[in-house]
Amino acid sequence: METYGAAGSGDAPLSLLGDPTRRAIFELLARRPRSVGELAQQLPISRPAVSQHLRVLKDGGLVVSRAEGTRRVYRLNPDGVAGLRAWLDRVWSESLTSFAKLAEQNQDVDQKAPEQEQP
Amino acid sequence: MSTAATIPAVHGTVTVAVPVERAFRVFTDSFGSWWPSEYHLGAAELADAILEPRVGGRWYERGADGSECDWGRVLVWEPPHRLVVTWQINGEWQYDPDPDRASEIEIRFTADGPERTVVELEHRKLERLVGGQAMRDSISGAGGWGGVLARYAEATTSKVE
Repeated sequence: METYGAAGSGDAPLSLLGDPTRRAIFELLARRPRSVGELAQQLPISRPAVSQHLRVLKDGGLVVSRAEGTRRVYRLNPDGVAGLRAWLDRVWSESLTSFAKLAEQNQDVDQKAPEQEQP
Repeated sequence: MSTAATIPAVHGTVTVAVPVERAFRVFTDSFGSWWPSEYHLGAAELADAILEPRVGGRWYERGADGSECDWGRVLVWEPPHRLVVTWQINGEWQYDPDPDRASEIEIRFTADGPERTVVELEHRKLERLVGGQAMRDSISGAGGWGGVLARYAEATTSKVE
């Protein structure tokens, strides 16, 4: 089985959520804006590591940041497009993988049943 | 805000080691068996997801509490090679019956030998979702895509909290 989550698009934002930590950050920010420190509290990684992932997400257009007093608060990019595409890409990538698994897994059982149509 | 601009479609491809008829049948008949249960629209836990096998058929989920929530409609039903469904969700994360605000998902099944099928998926017309008035009004609020993702996050991020 082979999967290609974003076949043919060559669009960088689509692969950004393939990393589980970045996905976790993205999903935490989907719930509400947070600072680096708040994100680090929720995740098993250091603040510098959180910052690094945030930079990648920001470069990809998925999140934006804003200074609030002495701290910087991150949230999902409100134009929504990059985030929407990245999220849908994730949904379809996982769904197709799951579909392929089921299609291939139960084949023995299926082949014992009479086929209704032939090509 | 450039709502008239098109948003590039999302693509996915998977190759499965089964005949094309089986690939189509598992995709459609057994939709609820393989669809990841964390992706659902209704408030209740996902019990099943159903794709009615005909043009005009409903594509919907059934929650654990028996409630039903529409996702879209079947536009093209050409077994075992092609399927097009709409996914029409508004900014409140609810089914939007207006076909002008429906995104489309086309799935093509192509035999690559007797025991191998390439499944190609395209989710397009995404600008129709983003361009809808309700979506535009709420896009940066709790009901917009932030809300959609938050809803999704509610179901999936309990692991990391």
